[in-house]
Amino acid sequence: MSFTRLWARPLAWAGFTASFLFLLSVTVLAQTTILNVSYDVSRELYKDINPAFIADWKAKTGETIVVNQSHGGSSKQAMSVAAGLDADVITMNQSPDIDILVERGGLVAADWRKRLPHDAAPYTTTTVFLVRKGNPKGIKDWDDLAKPGAQVIVPNPKTSGNGRYTYLAAWGYALQKSGTEAAARDFVTKLFANVPVLDGGGRGATTTFTQRDTGDALVTFENEAIAIGAELGTDKFDIVYPSLSIEASAPVALVDAVADKKGTRKVATAYLEFLFSAQGQEIIAMHAFRPRSEEVLHKYASRFPAIKTFSVEQTLGGWDKVQKDHFADGAIYDQIIVKR
Amino acid sequence: MARASTYRGLPGFGLSLGFTLAYLSLIVLVPLSAVFLKTSTMSWPGFWQAVASPRVVASYKLTFGMSLLAALINTVFGFLLAWSLVRYWFPGKKIVDALVDLPFALPTAVAGISLTALYAKNGWLGQYLEAIGIKVAFTPLGVLVALVFIGLPFVVRTVQPVLEDLDTEIEEAAASLGARRLQTVWRVVVPSLTPALLTGFALAFARSVGEYGSVIFIAGNLPMVSEITPLIIITKLEQYDYAGATAVASVMLVASFVLLLVINGLQEWTSRRSGREA
Repeated sequence: MSFTRLWARPLAWAGFTASFLFLLSVTVLAQTTILNVSYDVSRELYKDINPAFIADWKAKTGETIVVNQSHGGSSKQAMSVAAGLDADVITMNQSPDIDILVERGGLVAADWRKRLPHDAAPYTTTTVFLVRKGNPKGIKDWDDLAKPGAQVIVPNPKTSGNGRYTYLAAWGYALQKSGTEAAARDFVTKLFANVPVLDGGGRGATTTFTQRDTGDALVTFENEAIAIGAELGTDKFDIVYPSLSIEASAPVALVDAVADKKGTRKVATAYLEFLFSAQGQEIIAMHAFRPRSEEVLHKYASRFPAIKTFSVEQTLGGWDKVQKDHFADGAIYDQIIVKR
Repeated sequence: MARASTYRGLPGFGLSLGFTLAYLSLIVLVPLSAVFLKTSTMSWPGFWQAVASPRVVASYKLTFGMSLLAALINTVFGFLLAWSLVRYWFPGKKIVDALVDLPFALPTAVAGISLTALYAKNGWLGQYLEAIGIKVAFTPLGVLVALVFIGLPFVVRTVQPVLEDLDTEIEEAAASLGARRLQTVWRVVVPSLTPALLTGFALAFARSVGEYGSVIFIAGNLPMVSEITPLIIITKLEQYDYAGATAVASVMLVASFVLLLVINGLQEWTSRRSGREA
């Protein structure tokens, strides 16, 4: 048997495989890839959004794209993008984490809020209470959480957006009820005196409340409260809607610097616009976030009871002011937590 | 003079010293000096406010206090463990020996979550402790439990080899000279182990001071009560306050460095003393 005959077949296979791999790598390279850098608990939402958008884009343009997602604590994620993580879009749960990218290196254009409907927030959620089944402590409203003897689980406002919204919701409630800042300060002092554990993030607080059996009420986002019911059974906990709460909107933005460098501006913008489309809003509602579309909200009305809310922008003077007055080192939150 | 001749006798001193310094600078000094450089962007009042506010001071007390306490506990019980592992044979000894290293290998978050689950008021141990009025999870005591857990291997692993090298003949000699058993242990064995014990103590302490992952789950993280200094640093970073974070970090670094220097000096002193006596 000659050398050529012996090796012809394996060589042909090797050649075939090599060219196949080469072609594959070329197609992968040619494929447009966008990266969505997001906060922690939006993981499941975007897992459903991405395939829907990819199919939608393919139907519209014939182009096959890849959408990658990255999740983590929202401030940490924003810092990674500022430090050079190539995010085409960022989807956060509070606007300071996008504003920081405007301030640091101008990665995002300053007018990002104006480029999409609803101040660039495709959905909102609100802060609600989760209590043990049958509500044994009779917790109805914020006042009940500030009563002596109640135990309230809240994530750390210093490290989590969720905790920050809780603090601001309590502050806004007291402010509306009494009308003076002094009374509001007194109220949040009493409420935080009832907090036995400050977890780093929303999920940690959920674990403390549900798994460690600690606390009479968990104050958290509505979507988290609904997810707990879906995950652990609705027979263990009840959701309580307070008389007034805060609107937590989740802003999204195109990272201009990265999208222009990668040439993905068009598809990345379409991705963000998809979040506001009927299909996107539907997926959002299924994940227990309140959609912006009246139509979709109406369809899922049983899931989202009407609740009176206020926003940081309307009532509290915007995030810059809130950050400076409440959460900066030595500001009101630090003062009340040291006194507790 | 005697010291000078020891290194002149060996060739390659210049090269090895040069390499040592270059390597240490690259791995340790450059990152650390970045901390001090970033801190130096702050004004003095700003620095003072960042590192000496009541909340931060309370966290120093907790972190350093609990780390010292945990290292002490680990020194006592680590010594006992090393003693049993070296001096006795029992079934399953190899497994026990391997178990000692587990706190090293386990991701700290896993340690924190399992300890919290164990000591929470509905946990295996927590339910009984709670019944007699002892709260562990979400209190400073929980911090101690976590630090004892992660610091365990250090003392055992530093004392073990020294103890293995310690000839039983020395103890026999002591006994034949009329020493009682306790006297032998206290006056012969312990002094020769002191340097190793101190090293283990220093390592366990250093590890505890910097520990974040496991403590964060069990501490409860209440300002002024159960908030550790590494959490203060993380908190400042989350608020984009890089300078404030590095300021607190530099205070921790200096304090740890001074403490480790003292412990190392102590260790040198005891090893010289026991060396002279031997």
